[in-house]
Amino acid sequence: MIIALTASGDGLDARMDSRFGRARRFLLYNLDDGTVRTVDNDEGQRAAQGAGIQAAETIARLGVGGLVTGHCGPNAFRVLRAAGIPVFSTTAATVSEAIDAYRAGTLTRIDAPDVDGHWT
Amino acid sequence: MMLGVASGKGGTGKTTVAVNLARAFGSGVWLADCDVEEPNAHLFLRGTTIGSRTVSLPVPQVEAGLCDACGACARLCQYHAIVSFGTPPLLFPELCHGCGGCVRVCPRGAIAEVDRRIGVVETQRDGHITLVQGRLDVGVALVPPLVRAVKASLPRDMPVIVDAPPGTSCPVIATIRGLDALALVTEPTPFGLHDLSLAVDMVRQLNIPFGVVVNRVGVGDDRVHGFCRREGIPILLDIPDDRRIAEVCSRGRLVVDELPEYRPAFARLWAGACALAAPVPALAPL
Repeated sequence: MIIALTASGDGLDARMDSRFGRARRFLLYNLDDGTVRTVDNDEGQRAAQGAGIQAAETIARLGVGGLVTGHCGPNAFRVLRAAGIPVFSTTAATVSEAIDAYRAGTLTRIDAPDVDGHWT
Repeated sequence: MMLGVASGKGGTGKTTVAVNLARAFGSGVWLADCDVEEPNAHLFLRGTTIGSRTVSLPVPQVEAGLCDACGACARLCQYHAIVSFGTPPLLFPELCHGCGGCVRVCPRGAIAEVDRRIGVVETQRDGHITLVQGRLDVGVALVPPLVRAVKASLPRDMPVIVDAPPGTSCPVIATIRGLDALALVTEPTPFGLHDLSLAVDMVRQLNIPFGVVVNRVGVGDDRVHGFCRREGIPILLDIPDDRRIAEVCSRGRLVVDELPEYRPAFARLWAGACALAAPVPALAPL
């Protein structure tokens, strides 16, 4: 299964980006073989409005089995729920720490948006 | 004749110029407050409301029984107001610009449009001034459709003064597009000059004749006047930095009523703007 993480850089040592809709980029991590793929979030960063929705659409189209991020607002959460993608919240500093926590089952799955829209 | 009063920088005196110019008219004039996020021209008038109507945008509504979740609507929508991935679409009406594209591309006719209220257009009358103002509902972010509704309420055969929102973004473009001339209000400071030059770039792209009103002359320096000279931009009016003007405005009164010595200056402003809009035509060869 592949999970998506919000990151501010490339590779497993990158820092996590606590924002979802306006995250710098998404790292797709394959839990089965440990490979990593990077997807830029240029459109979300540029969007005047609707960044969370747009990012959630991107994630949904990538066919991931879960999302690990800092926070998730109401519009993005609605799209992710419709797409059936579980959302996990973390305060981990780096992508590899967040993956370790995901594998260990210690991440909190959020069942409602945890910030208002336009949170930065 | 429709004259817009605009500025790059906020707080330069657009509304002061617009309402005093309207008052200086001896006969019927219309004043349009297109700063629909915070209309304030009415504060200077003692009008009675003679009309009010709500303004709505058409937003999509999906008939789930007809939708086969093909996603054509979501692929079209650049604002992500309608989202679909193998399920009937999710709707985000607050992001919808009301273009109606989703209705047209839906191959099953599953999308209808319903009205979403965004604000009101109100009309007031105070003597010879008819004020039309837009008032955006709290929480609504989409300004241009309400601005266009205000402009659609204006007569074509009367003098009209249009008070624009500040800045150079979509609400301003929606306001000034199609006007006959513009007065760009600025103050003679480096900040005023910076934002004036942005406004000048915008107006030149839109090809609208324009001049400059310099407000509070005496507070800053002469760089705004130098800029206008170099660029060949006419100065329509210099308003001095007169403490009495600030006092009159802060009491919600009109300068041309309380300080009548300024009345001729506003009459000249209108004449200068009209000359911009309809320059004297060259004599045709006999």
